Amino acid sequence: MTDSSFLTSGQTDPAVGASSATSAAAADRAALLSVRDLRVVIDGLHILHGVDLDVAPSGVTALLGRNGAGKTTTVKAIMGLVPRTGSLRFAGTELVKLPTHLVVRQGIGYAPEDRGIFAGLTVAENLRLAERDGSPAYDLVHELFPELKQRAGQLAGTLSGGQQQMVAIGRTLLNGNRLIIADEPTKGLAPKIVAEVADVLERAAATVPVLLVEQNLALVRRLAGTCAVLADGRTAHRGGTAELLADEEAARRLLGVGRPAPAATSVPGPAPTPTVAVPPPVVPTATVTKEVAP
Amino acid sequence: MDTVVLLTCTGLGLGALYFLVASGLSLIFGLMDVLNFAHGALLSVGAYATWWAGTEGGMGFWLAVVFGTAVGTVAAVLLELVLIRPLYNRPRDQILATVGVGLAVPALLMGIWGADSRPFPQPAALSGTVGLFGAIVPVNRFVLLAAAALVLVALRLFLSRTRYGLVVRAGVEDRAMVTALGIDVRKAFTLVFAIGGAAAALGGALSGLYFGSVHPGQGTSLLIFAFVVVVMGGMGSVTGAAVASVAVGLVQQFANYYTAAGLGDLSVVVLLAVLLLVRPRGLTGRLA
Repeated sequence: MTDSSFLTSGQTDPAVGASSATSAAAADRAALLSVRDLRVVIDGLHILHGVDLDVAPSGVTALLGRNGAGKTTTVKAIMGLVPRTGSLRFAGTELVKLPTHLVVRQGIGYAPEDRGIFAGLTVAENLRLAERDGSPAYDLVHELFPELKQRAGQLAGTLSGGQQQMVAIGRTLLNGNRLIIADEPTKGLAPKIVAEVADVLERAAATVPVLLVEQNLALVRRLAGTCAVLADGRTAHRGGTAELLADEEAARRLLGVGRPAPAATSVPGPAPTPTVAVPPPVVPTATVTKEVAP
Repeated sequence: MDTVVLLTCTGLGLGALYFLVASGLSLIFGLMDVLNFAHGALLSVGAYATWWAGTEGGMGFWLAVVFGTAVGTVAAVLLELVLIRPLYNRPRDQILATVGVGLAVPALLMGIWGADSRPFPQPAALSGTVGLFGAIVPVNRFVLLAAAALVLVALRLFLSRTRYGLVVRAGVEDRAMVTALGIDVRKAFTLVFAIGGAAAALGGALSGLYFGSVHPGQGTSLLIFAFVVVVMGGMGSVTGAAVASVAVGLVQQFANYYTAAGLGDLSVVVLLAVLLLVRPRGLTGRLA
């Protein structure tokens, strides 16, 4: 059995189509998570000034913006890891007054920006810690990441960045979550691993909606149907991902990326960093090389 | 030779006392970032509760020790729930509150039972001596060692085998991430306070055995060395605390005997300074 099965085989909820591409229509349906006027003040500093965001009830919703726009703070505010005000309606429940552990127990899996791995615990212990109910889905996690099974006894601190990210994402898939929030899951990873993480996100998104913070626009283009763009702690744009990325002027203005602007509109400060190249979407027949020991 | 054996046994006994105080202190600091200056007070509560139960309460010695440990545990839980928990976002106030309890409890004990040392009930079986390599060693040294070893093994089993032990180990690394996995880490806080209080109160009960008496400042004087042990062993590390306890107890005993009395206490501080210069994160720098 080749690894191509990993991309196409089973685990797909019959009720949900295998395709993870979110149609634009998804945005029109009632949002799973509605963020309204989210504000965060830390030590007297206003970090978020009113973020509005809708997470589509299926597929991937991207949260975009330049560095320092407030993406990670928004995610932390949803999780209750920073003090926040505003409204966070999740499947009919208001989260804004709930402490972090109760937010999570509503069915939200969180893979933080720095991966949040416990370096002194083994891989198995990291996963065990994340178990919330009686029937953790180890079958799914080990099928997606066979390495985590092989390395169960290894200290998580000695894993590579990609393997640590697998633990972080694996934890969110262990429980029957209704939403997965992944904060820059491909940051600092080698291109091959980025493709692997993207495949897993794509597959996860087929059954569970995902809110994805991501700088890698090729990945966003491939996975996310809808997006919200933050600028200076506010929502600057909401809409379809394809439309935004197709509009070169808007993408450059909102995200600071794209081809150099015509001479008239010079970009202040250092030149924008080029988008990290991502391998083209892996078609099911392609083989993803994975270091799987026999 | 017999002097060395006696000093070693006495040093180990003292180290065992330090460990009983320091293990809880270390876990509390490692998990909660709380410097619990009231930990010595918990020891005094355990010591006085055991003394009261063994004399006025009319209990047998071992039952009195169980009673004293239980009272210390309850006191620790109350301390966490009533005083520490409401102040989690105000670490400076938290320190002041524990310092306050650390001063108030000995004063309260003094107010009720006076400032003088009270003779501690000594069961006949534990008041004797045994010959070991030509030295005559009081039996209670071995009781202390056995108790400390038992607590060390129990703590390690708790940390490595139980769900809450896992939560504690993870919480020492990254408390916020533990809550972000849906775990109410405050329950672990209370539990760690209960465990630390139980160990300290047991230490208090056994310190009565070791010193032959109890006095209101008993915990406070031991607390200073327990803090040295915690820093040396690495915050949050139970095994590190055990190793450091032995080192501090032995250095103190030998230096006090072979140099001027009192120099042993000083040498412990020198030991701490040297260790911090060489290994700033303590002996282990990690948990368990």
